[in-house]
Amino acid sequence: MEAKCPECDADLDIPEDVINGEIVSCPDCGTDFEVVLKDNGEVELKPAEIEGEDWGE
Amino acid sequence: MTPIDAKELYFNIPENAKALEKTLGDLVIQRCISYFRGLHITAVLENLGLPVINPFHTSLICGNKLFTTLALTKAGLPSPKTTVAFAPETALKVLDIMGYPAVLKPTVGSWGRLVALVRDRESAQALIEAREEIRNALLHVYYLQELVKRPPRDIRIIVIGGETIAASYRYAPPGDWRTNVARGGASKPCPITPELQELALKAAEAVGGGVLAVDCMEGPEGFLINEVNSTIEFRGISSTTEVNIAERILDYAVRMVKK
Repeated sequence: MEAKCPECDADLDIPEDVINGEIVSCPDCGTDFEVVLKDNGEVELKPAEIEGEDWGE
Repeated sequence: MTPIDAKELYFNIPENAKALEKTLGDLVIQRCISYFRGLHITAVLENLGLPVINPFHTSLICGNKLFTTLALTKAGLPSPKTTVAFAPETALKVLDIMGYPAVLKPTVGSWGRLVALVRDRESAQALIEAREEIRNALLHVYYLQELVKRPPRDIRIIVIGGETIAASYRYAPPGDWRTNVARGGASKPCPITPELQELALKAAEAVGGGVLAVDCMEGPEGFLINEVNSTIEFRGISSTTEVNIAERILDYAVRMVKK
């Protein structure tokens, strides 16, 4: 699946078996995006949340 | 089973337990990635009589390394020598007595964040100074431990409802001494010996029981329990075992509801 990086417009290659919530990184600018799969099959990329200081186990 | 996004939840206090049961069901498995958010939600739900995995008390103890050490020590379980201090000068004094190298950890935190190996007094001063600069009172509690002479790995044992489910060695990634899988640590299968099983079960019980991951080190004089994790992550260990950990957690949840 092809997409454009919302940050720097580079080409992003998203694997076909991507699942909702998966994180993809832009190979050019390094920004992380969370994959949101829409009902119509489209993929939306939203900026991944930055790790909180109390995140984890 | 329905996933619920904690970020969309809100509670009126007092909340209507009946109404809440409609949206949240008979039991909640707390999987919040934010410790404080999860803990506070668990407090509300449990107060209303809704069972939560893990219970509030367990989450509270496991979320804080000092509370965990206190619980483990009280239960007579072996853990690394620990000292806690509450001011920068006192922390330095403690380190002078303990000797270097030592380990400085935040009492609350995961994935090895801000866990520091302190090699000498100069580094200790710099680290403590940096901690004091951060406006977070939790970081001004100095939880200090001996650096245990161990192989470059630790052991993680998953305990569910008083039963050991799986164990794995976690190897520190290249260039790090911490073994957290979230830091890139690699998992390898580990046999659960009777000794390890007994320790893990006792450790789980000491913190209040539930679905837990007991982290243990191989010290020169035997096993030392390092910590017990409450909102367990099992990506690493899952790659080392045939056991379906998620399924075992669900089985346990079903057993709890039927009780």
